[in-house]
Amino acid sequence: MSTIPSTALEIVAAVRSGQLSAREVLEDHLSRIDAQDGEINAFNLVMTEEARAAAAAVDARVAAGEDPGPLAGVPLALKDNLCTRGIPTTCSSRILEGWRPPYDATVVQRVNAAGAVSIGKTNLDEFAMGSSTENSAFGPTRNPRDTGRVPGGSSGGSAAAVAAGFAPISLGSDTGGSIRQPAALCGVVGVKPTYGMVSRYGLIAFASSLDQIGPFSTTVADSALLLEAIAGYDGRDSTSIDAPAPSLLESLGQGVDGLRVGLVTELMGQGIAPDVAARVRQAADALTAAGAQVGEVSVPAAAYGLSAYYLIAPAEASSNLARYDGVRYGMRVDAPTTAEMNAATRTAGFGEEVKRRIMLGTYALSAGYYDAYYGKALKVRTLIVRDFEKAYADFDLLLTPTSPTTAFKFGDKTADPLSMYLNDICTIPTNLAGHPAMSVPFGGGSDGMPVGVQLLAPALGESTMFRAAAVLEAAAPALDEVWS
Amino acid sequence: MTLTHEPIEGEHFVVVSETTGASWEIVVGLEVHCELATVTKLFCGCPNMFGDEPNTNVCPVCLGLPGSLPVLNHNVVELAMRLGRALHCSVEPSVFARKNYFYPDMPKDYQVTQFDRPINADGWLDLPDGTRVGIERAHIEEDTGKNTHAGGSGRIHGADYSLVDYNRAGVPLVEIVGRPHIRHPEQAKTYIDELRAILLTTGASDAKMEEGSLRVDANVSVRLVGDNELGTRCEVKNLNSLRSLGRAIEYEARRQVDLLETGERIKQETRHWDEGAGRTRAGRSKEEAEDYRYFQEPDLVPLAPSAEWIAAIDAAMPPLPAARRDALALAAGVAVTETSVVIAVQRDLDQLALATIAAGGDGKRVLTHVEHNLSGDGAVDLNPATFAQLVTLELGGQLTATQAKTVLAEMVISGRAPDVIAAELGFEAMDSSELEGIVDGLIAESPEEWADFCTGDEKKRGKLQGFFTGKIMKATKGQADGKAVAAILESRRAESL
Amino acid sequence: MSARLTRDNVAKVADLARLNLSEAELERYTEQLGAVLDHAEDVASLDLDGVPPTAHPLPLVNVLRDDFVVKGVDRDEVLSQAPSVEDRRFRVPAILGEEP
Repeated sequence: MSTIPSTALEIVAAVRSGQLSAREVLEDHLSRIDAQDGEINAFNLVMTEEARAAAAAVDARVAAGEDPGPLAGVPLALKDNLCTRGIPTTCSSRILEGWRPPYDATVVQRVNAAGAVSIGKTNLDEFAMGSSTENSAFGPTRNPRDTGRVPGGSSGGSAAAVAAGFAPISLGSDTGGSIRQPAALCGVVGVKPTYGMVSRYGLIAFASSLDQIGPFSTTVADSALLLEAIAGYDGRDSTSIDAPAPSLLESLGQGVDGLRVGLVTELMGQGIAPDVAARVRQAADALTAAGAQVGEVSVPAAAYGLSAYYLIAPAEASSNLARYDGVRYGMRVDAPTTAEMNAATRTAGFGEEVKRRIMLGTYALSAGYYDAYYGKALKVRTLIVRDFEKAYADFDLLLTPTSPTTAFKFGDKTADPLSMYLNDICTIPTNLAGHPAMSVPFGGGSDGMPVGVQLLAPALGESTMFRAAAVLEAAAPALDEVWS
Repeated sequence: MTLTHEPIEGEHFVVVSETTGASWEIVVGLEVHCELATVTKLFCGCPNMFGDEPNTNVCPVCLGLPGSLPVLNHNVVELAMRLGRALHCSVEPSVFARKNYFYPDMPKDYQVTQFDRPINADGWLDLPDGTRVGIERAHIEEDTGKNTHAGGSGRIHGADYSLVDYNRAGVPLVEIVGRPHIRHPEQAKTYIDELRAILLTTGASDAKMEEGSLRVDANVSVRLVGDNELGTRCEVKNLNSLRSLGRAIEYEARRQVDLLETGERIKQETRHWDEGAGRTRAGRSKEEAEDYRYFQEPDLVPLAPSAEWIAAIDAAMPPLPAARRDALALAAGVAVTETSVVIAVQRDLDQLALATIAAGGDGKRVLTHVEHNLSGDGAVDLNPATFAQLVTLELGGQLTATQAKTVLAEMVISGRAPDVIAAELGFEAMDSSELEGIVDGLIAESPEEWADFCTGDEKKRGKLQGFFTGKIMKATKGQADGKAVAAILESRRAESL
Repeated sequence: MSARLTRDNVAKVADLARLNLSEAELERYTEQLGAVLDHAEDVASLDLDGVPPTAHPLPLVNVLRDDFVVKGVDRDEVLSQAPSVEDRRFRVPAILGEEP
């Protein structure tokens, strides 16, 4: 049994006080990765040398009596769509295989400055497009709870890394649920912050008006710690909110007394597995028991969220992915003319789901179809924002399932793209509105696999959201407690 | 087919076809891209510099590296608004859009531009000839990198491969879209001159066609005089100088008239000007128009300059060429379209001229000097009071035009007063009694010739006038005024009769 | 009401997106994209007259930066990642079309 604590907060305390060295914490986690990641495949790249250097630097600061930072010595995994200078960043795509960015993403700079020890780049659905990590060009990641099942996606690697104990915390990205859904499927905490709270500079873009970077962890407090370290204004991102990082740890224990929580009607009915719905109701009861007022609320436009999302996100993606043309970096397949080279490169370099979404997005924007598809989707987005506004007039937080089902088996949904897209019905509306949301583990399903419940808050409502999450965490049934 | 400059109904220029005798009108709308004179690029902190080593002024943003994001340069907005207001546009809340297409000099394979909501809209520019050219819009967009074609002939067709430099990628541009109000190649060139003057005056751009900081594309069509419908237009590109602009419009107009007169239709297309061959050529034909799939740029937020900012720009606006011409023409009592007025403003000598007129100098004479005798350095530092003095001396007959020119040149160099210089050069105001004395002396010296002059016929008188004038000029070292000499000779002759 | 997505639509879109598709792929994608668009009919058939579009979740305007130089990237580091380089420039095969 390892003597290394399992949470970031505990590790930080131990390293800062000199009880543990960052080096021994790191070696412990590296050996776990070594033993198990062959099967799990959470990592595209383990940064052994870089991590050892970072750990040594932390230990040197502690020895010199300097402040080693709020994440001192904590191993942290980075989704492989976050730019790390000089270290391959692939988006799990052949088209970027081997590409070494000449710069660090803002969040990478911030976690490094905070003393975290970046331990590796994690696997994802190619270019963050997917809900199972089966779309990775480097093979799927397996759910640590049941290796015959998917970990969810697109941040499957980051979720699995935390669930498997390879790192106490990790960073992922969420465009339509890509942090929250794998968090739910793997039984860990996953948070999508308010759009604009965390800088996107250095996050390889999928859908610019929807993407956000956020934390995975085993505890609510660890996600609060990590989010505090990465959030806050960045002048290199025009969509960054001009405010400092919120203070979350402080208010974590304030409870939910008097808070009004709404169960979203449209997301509790058809399409949600009964065992998942049951856990959500159980979570609602837990909040009531803790002093919250739970009611039901309708957010009608949420029903259109999936369609609007699958027009807006691919449209932006089709444009964001145009730059992968074999000219300046990444894969190139040679041809006599540049246009042919572009096409040959992209055809060989992109996987099927990426191609599908590029074409869907190109079509939605094209002349003659813009108004019917993309144009309308932007209006649906307005309806969703308005419906949320109405809901938040009467409620402080909303409660829904995170994923309609528990983790499914490999290959279950790959034949029919639409069936895969339906995984996101609960998570998508908050991306469209730009609101924060998080998934908290809350017991198991009828198959024993983890269930996550989702808390939603209005823009900049992270602190309230985390308070409720802490209550749910405390009340959560054990995973192996049988559902009845 | 002759190209004449005959104004019809006082306004339009026409092309008269030798073949059919029909009168055709040329209709030109110019699209001008100018690079803004900012320190850094549009969306990043890379230097906005021409001529540096390839790929040295680049960063993740202007290279479009994965994960990079744009942030709008404050000074771009300032200069774009200055330019817009100088063109009498209204400044509107605006957004940025992506124009999507693949081309290797485009790092992101989309260009960030402004599509349906540009920052400046609905202005105009007044030409020296009095024409008002409408400005549809002047919007902000990013420049591309530069391709160099290698192998083959060095031009794009027949090249084996190309090399790309991204120093220019992300440089801020304003695209000025002029309405089709231009009617003649010369007018087009004047429009560009005027635009350049505005760009330089406002500091928005250094506007050098030869460096690519000013690029002109011409939309050219023709129609019969009297026809109100616009003909099919062709866009002409690759115009690298004003001369090319004029030649290309003329060529294209002839080409279109020839086609139409033989019963063919004009194909709407992009054509490239071939300076060497003196003709336009069709671009590579595409089966369908490119679909750019414009949508609002999600990595940027909307732009809504405050009323205070716009007011500050208006308050700080320097006098623009049209207004300067108006002021000078009024003060000098001449038409605003006078060449001398246009030149005075072009040379930045209008302030000098105005001050000289205010100091008592005759307006028309001042302008003549400016146009013909003040084209070099230092002219702008002339003292207006002394300049006015010179003009007065000249008009008073104490200096000939030639002498005045010489004195003026010396004034520019030494800054001294005209009467001092004139004295030094021996151009002294020859007073009439002194001149009369010299004339009388010469008459006394040549009594026989004088007798012949007084009594001879016209032919003899003319010859002898020349004889005496020559002697007088020699005696006065050319300082005598020809008219005064003739008057004195005539009056002496009259006295002797 | 929108027409069903055709094979020609998909072929044209693939061309715009610089993707080469085999016949089999064209058919498969036409089928799959058609299904997604059918699902999106719920949006396409909504009457949304008078509803303004939301291009962006944030109400930000006028985000600007000052006009002074910030260090860029090292040219050699960037060129070292390029597929083909000549004379300190990125090398590409023959470009046939003109700049639009």
